[in-house]
Amino acid sequence: MDNILELKNLKKSYKDFTLDNLTFNLKRGSVMGFIGPNGSGKSTTIKLIMNLIKKDSGAINVFGLESPKHDKEIKQRIGFVYDENYFYEELNIMEMKNILQPFYKNWNDTVFEKYIKEFELPKKNKIKNLSKGMKMKFSLAIALCHNAELIIMDEPTSGLDPVFRSELLDILYNIIQDENVSILFSTHITTDLEKIADYITFINKGKLVFSKTKDEIIENYALVKGSKDLLDNNTRGEFVSIKETSFGFVALTKDIIKARKIFKGNCIIEKASLEDIMVYTVRGNV
Amino acid sequence: MNIIISNSSQDPIYQQIVIQIKTAIMNEELSRGDALPSIRSLAKELLISVITTKRAYEELEREGFIETVPGKGSYVSGQNKDLIREKRLATIEKKLTEVITDSKLLNLSLEDLQNILRLLYTE
Repeated sequence: MDNILELKNLKKSYKDFTLDNLTFNLKRGSVMGFIGPNGSGKSTTIKLIMNLIKKDSGAINVFGLESPKHDKEIKQRIGFVYDENYFYEELNIMEMKNILQPFYKNWNDTVFEKYIKEFELPKKNKIKNLSKGMKMKFSLAIALCHNAELIIMDEPTSGLDPVFRSELLDILYNIIQDENVSILFSTHITTDLEKIADYITFINKGKLVFSKTKDEIIENYALVKGSKDLLDNNTRGEFVSIKETSFGFVALTKDIIKARKIFKGNCIIEKASLEDIMVYTVRGNV
Repeated sequence: MNIIISNSSQDPIYQQIVIQIKTAIMNEELSRGDALPSIRSLAKELLISVITTKRAYEELEREGFIETVPGKGSYVSGQNKDLIREKRLATIEKKLTEVITDSKLLNLSLEDLQNILRLLYTE
């Protein structure tokens, strides 16, 4: 299996923020969730991949091609969906499509029509009159009808209700029936990733925390809950971070097997959600 | 075949799939040569990741329960000696349980039963 996206020691500095030596790969045919708190560098990373901003140093390879050297060819094969859409609000869907279509060599109108129908998008209404969910679906339709091999989604579902997000998940599952399509999905809504993501890349303060298979993460991280008298200098060292209350503690461990041995029956040990992992890791300042 | 996943189980999801498919094969819900759903369609139906379904199928293949033909899919395999043995053991246990139930109705003790078994075994 080859890598459809490779980032190596990617660096970008701003006055108050630096994306520092970011390295991770996205395997062909897989779905990667990209998570991190606001301001951690997710959007910067995506803008670098899309060549909207210039890197300071490091390498970006998309489809095995160097970026930004092969920028045009790369962009032909990427479909992207952003939180804020970039459409002209005064136009309707078909007019907007007509503007975008000439940019893509592999545009397929039949596929586009199919998605418009499936998503039940009104062709004649002005884009400014479409709901947030409809605008997102339109973005997705555009992203999907020029044979894109890599779909990049930057917070596509923020502000959208759970019913809509469930629909979107179904759509994504349909897309990945084609094993040639890969998805990079940046989001705060980790419950969606817990289902569909094969890999999770977590960044914090411009640095990589981890890039692993979701299963590995879910199977090894855990929340340990118990009474505070179980905490001493030794046990504290076992955790990523600890939250103490008047009634006990909750802590995140990276190693559930070790935790079970140490705390044999003294504590409640539960699966940690991706959200827990993110919150406790950021709190532990890793 | 039903595959029901529990998110709150201690068993990892891929493990739950392995167990349920094995059970279906042992119960003959799935027969030799039956095609399994593709890893991608299974992921879609169960709302899990492709890597998870792939891992389940790889384990089933390692244990000889299924065979994967590249480009075609996965099929229930015919030849797993342990599987056949397990199946037969299960049948024996089932039959013995019936015998025990009948024996108890006749007030036969375990010793009585063992004597009968010993006699028959050496015939």
